Amino acid sequence: MSGQMELQSVTDQSVTKLRLSNGLLVMLKEIHSAPIISHWMWYRVGSRNESAGTTGISHWVEHMLFKGTPQFPPTILDKAISRDGGFWNAFTYLDWTTYFETMPAEKIDLALRLEADRMVNCTFDPLEVESERTVIISERQGNEDQPLFRLGEELQASAFRVHSYHHEIIGDLSDLQTIQREDLYRHYRTYYAPNNAVLAVAGDFETPRMLDRIQELYRDIPAGPEIQWRARSEPPQAGERRLMVEGQGETTYIQVTHHTPAASHPDFFPLTVMDSLLTGPSNLNMFGGGISNKTSRLYRALVDGELVVSVYGGLQATIDPFLHTFTIIMRPDRQVDEVLPVLVGEIQRLQDSPPPADELARAVKQARAMFAYGSESISNQAFWMGFSEMFDDYDWFLTYLDRLAAVTPEDIQRVAQEYLRSQNRVTGVYLPTGNGANASWGGGV
Amino acid sequence: MSGYSGSDSLPGPGNITRARLANGIVVLARSNFNSPSVVVSGYVMCGSLFDPEEKLGLADFTASALMRGTQRRSFQEIYDALESAGANLSIEGSTHSTGFGSKALSEDLKLLLQLLSEALRQPSFPEEQVERLRTQVLTRLAIRAQDTGERAALAFDSLAYADHPYRLPEEGYPETVQSITRQDMIDFHRKHFGPSGMVIVVVGGVDPQEAVDSVTEVFADWENPEQPAPIELPPTTPFSRTVTERVNIPGKSQVDIVMGAVGPSRFSEDYFAAILGNSVLGQFGMMGRIGDAVREKAGLAYYAYSSLAGGLGPGPWTMLAGVDPGKVEQAIQLITQEVARFTRALVEEQELADSQANFIGRLPLTLETNGGVAGALLNLERYDLGIDYYLRYSDLVRSVTREAVLETARTYLHPERLAIGMAGALE
Repeated sequence: MSGQMELQSVTDQSVTKLRLSNGLLVMLKEIHSAPIISHWMWYRVGSRNESAGTTGISHWVEHMLFKGTPQFPPTILDKAISRDGGFWNAFTYLDWTTYFETMPAEKIDLALRLEADRMVNCTFDPLEVESERTVIISERQGNEDQPLFRLGEELQASAFRVHSYHHEIIGDLSDLQTIQREDLYRHYRTYYAPNNAVLAVAGDFETPRMLDRIQELYRDIPAGPEIQWRARSEPPQAGERRLMVEGQGETTYIQVTHHTPAASHPDFFPLTVMDSLLTGPSNLNMFGGGISNKTSRLYRALVDGELVVSVYGGLQATIDPFLHTFTIIMRPDRQVDEVLPVLVGEIQRLQDSPPPADELARAVKQARAMFAYGSESISNQAFWMGFSEMFDDYDWFLTYLDRLAAVTPEDIQRVAQEYLRSQNRVTGVYLPTGNGANASWGGGV
Repeated sequence: MSGYSGSDSLPGPGNITRARLANGIVVLARSNFNSPSVVVSGYVMCGSLFDPEEKLGLADFTASALMRGTQRRSFQEIYDALESAGANLSIEGSTHSTGFGSKALSEDLKLLLQLLSEALRQPSFPEEQVERLRTQVLTRLAIRAQDTGERAALAFDSLAYADHPYRLPEEGYPETVQSITRQDMIDFHRKHFGPSGMVIVVVGGVDPQEAVDSVTEVFADWENPEQPAPIELPPTTPFSRTVTERVNIPGKSQVDIVMGAVGPSRFSEDYFAAILGNSVLGQFGMMGRIGDAVREKAGLAYYAYSSLAGGLGPGPWTMLAGVDPGKVEQAIQLITQEVARFTRALVEEQELADSQANFIGRLPLTLETNGGVAGALLNLERYDLGIDYYLRYSDLVRSVTREAVLETARTYLHPERLAIGMAGALE
């Protein structure tokens, strides 16, 4: 094979990680427990790489990658995968866009050819662009009918005045109405290149043969120019921000968010344990369910305390500092001003004294269990190889449990003091205006 | 390029352990030592079909309350035990049965079964917990009232099943949930929960015989002489023209549409022809012919597909889409045209072959996880498919003909006699 490769070291001996001469990072993991292969192509582009006027463009480009190339015209493509019993989809996120196919092992070549082809050969037919415009606007309308989408959109916009995490991944309606075919195609040609991508494959294959095939398919695709995107860093927030969204219904929702560091920052791990203590363990797996949170501190204070019907929370693994968010669904017989002081009181308790060691031990066991559940799925294992490379590298995933286990009670107290300060907070309330709703928010805490 | 050597990858007589306890409980177990965890799932045969209409939601409410306290443990003790082990256990009511699903690290299987047994057999329905749960159920119903997809589905059910228990939502309505007392739940549990018809499946990193023994240990002495036989469903009444219900929910951006008819049960002889036909109609690739017409060609909707429920009774065969309020009529027209074409002419050879290949090819993918295998084993038992069903599956799929698909389509779907539920800003 002619293309040059640079091997990269990984802690997990069962993973082969190397970079082709055109910059494509390839990660392969053999798993022979089932006759299945899961193939993921990741691009380092998401809503983070968008400016006012073109918000939502990364997600729209993702839709257009299902609209065909000369080799795989639109209807041929999905039929070919489905005929082989494959399961495929794509996701656009803040930092990345990913395309995956999980297929019977002997059929995987179709996925390999398809992804290599659509990395560079998508046509972006103007008629297809227009047809997809209405589909995406319809998708946004569906989202807008969910109170938590509307509240979350405002919360994020308030938390990020400068950084491009400011807008929702689906984009603003005004941009969805005006983005043109040339904008989409330019975005595609800018970000879809081997040197901006990670190919992760896990499952029932032999590494040397898989690697040969990948080289064969990608060696003629040249590296693209260096990506010029520079994220604008969000200045520290200097006081709590509050906002209100009104809408239909009878149910009040609250979201309280705090700025938190990037996934690669050492504090991400104590924050993960802190989140687990407050609202139960978050599940970062794409496949493999989570567990309940009825012993978490906020469930006990707020749900058992008969103030709310549910509370959960979570932290996202991102390239740049993002948010930890508490989400609360209120009881109809309670007011926002009764709930927020209890939430803040629980934060204060963690800031005032380190949690007992057994609470930490439970959080670590829960994380271990969820890792075990996630490891059942070959798709999920392939997912993790690429996902972790998007914001750090695969060793982040491999050391995740050890780093959680190393968190001390004092670490938790320190990160609670540092990140859950009121100055670092945005509080948002969705107030229903439906019949019989008598919710209000005085704004006092 | 496959290095996989497992010839016994499909569940079958060679790798499923099945036992029937003296009290009627059927246990199915299958090991997967690639996994350090275990899934336990199953059902008991009581559901909302037993609800008195004025207390609709009773079975569902009762199921949700089982984990709120038992004669041995408080709510907090139950969840302390579960969550400290990183385990999960949930129990949920449905129309015919009450299902449970749980997972844990393999070492905690006994704990899981112990908690499951206590919840199913010895719930205490603490007053305070019941009231807290009631508020949660009512909040969930208030959220449902605002959900265009759920409201459209409820509207469809009320039309398609006008004289049949399937017209009723198993979660009930706010007024019926308000009327349910703690004593109702105690009585419902005492009368309807029992071992007869119960199935429990254990899949994961555990020896199958050990799994059966562990289930036997906690469930073998369960008896309930009061437990009634499953309810016989009345026939559904066919309607003579298309009927429509429009649910206005002001302020919504999108209208959800659920339209279709009463479909076959999982026991029907034409079930395979129906499910393959449904794949052509609204599943295959980017959601079959309906996805192609409504989403790909007309750009009307983010989602458009069809769905066939099957199940113990005659579940619905529906076409669903979410569209702009101004495009509702156009979407309904496009879908109706596809239903008409589907019932007028044979599907193309290639279309049927594609869907057959898809059904056969995807089988290993659906069996990838412990949860996937557990679901497959439950289906074996629930629908009496035979323990070698997955070995015969490819042949069953291949034996469906284009003529059988057309005949089945004509049996269940009539473009001039559809039930159409829709919800959104429809003033």
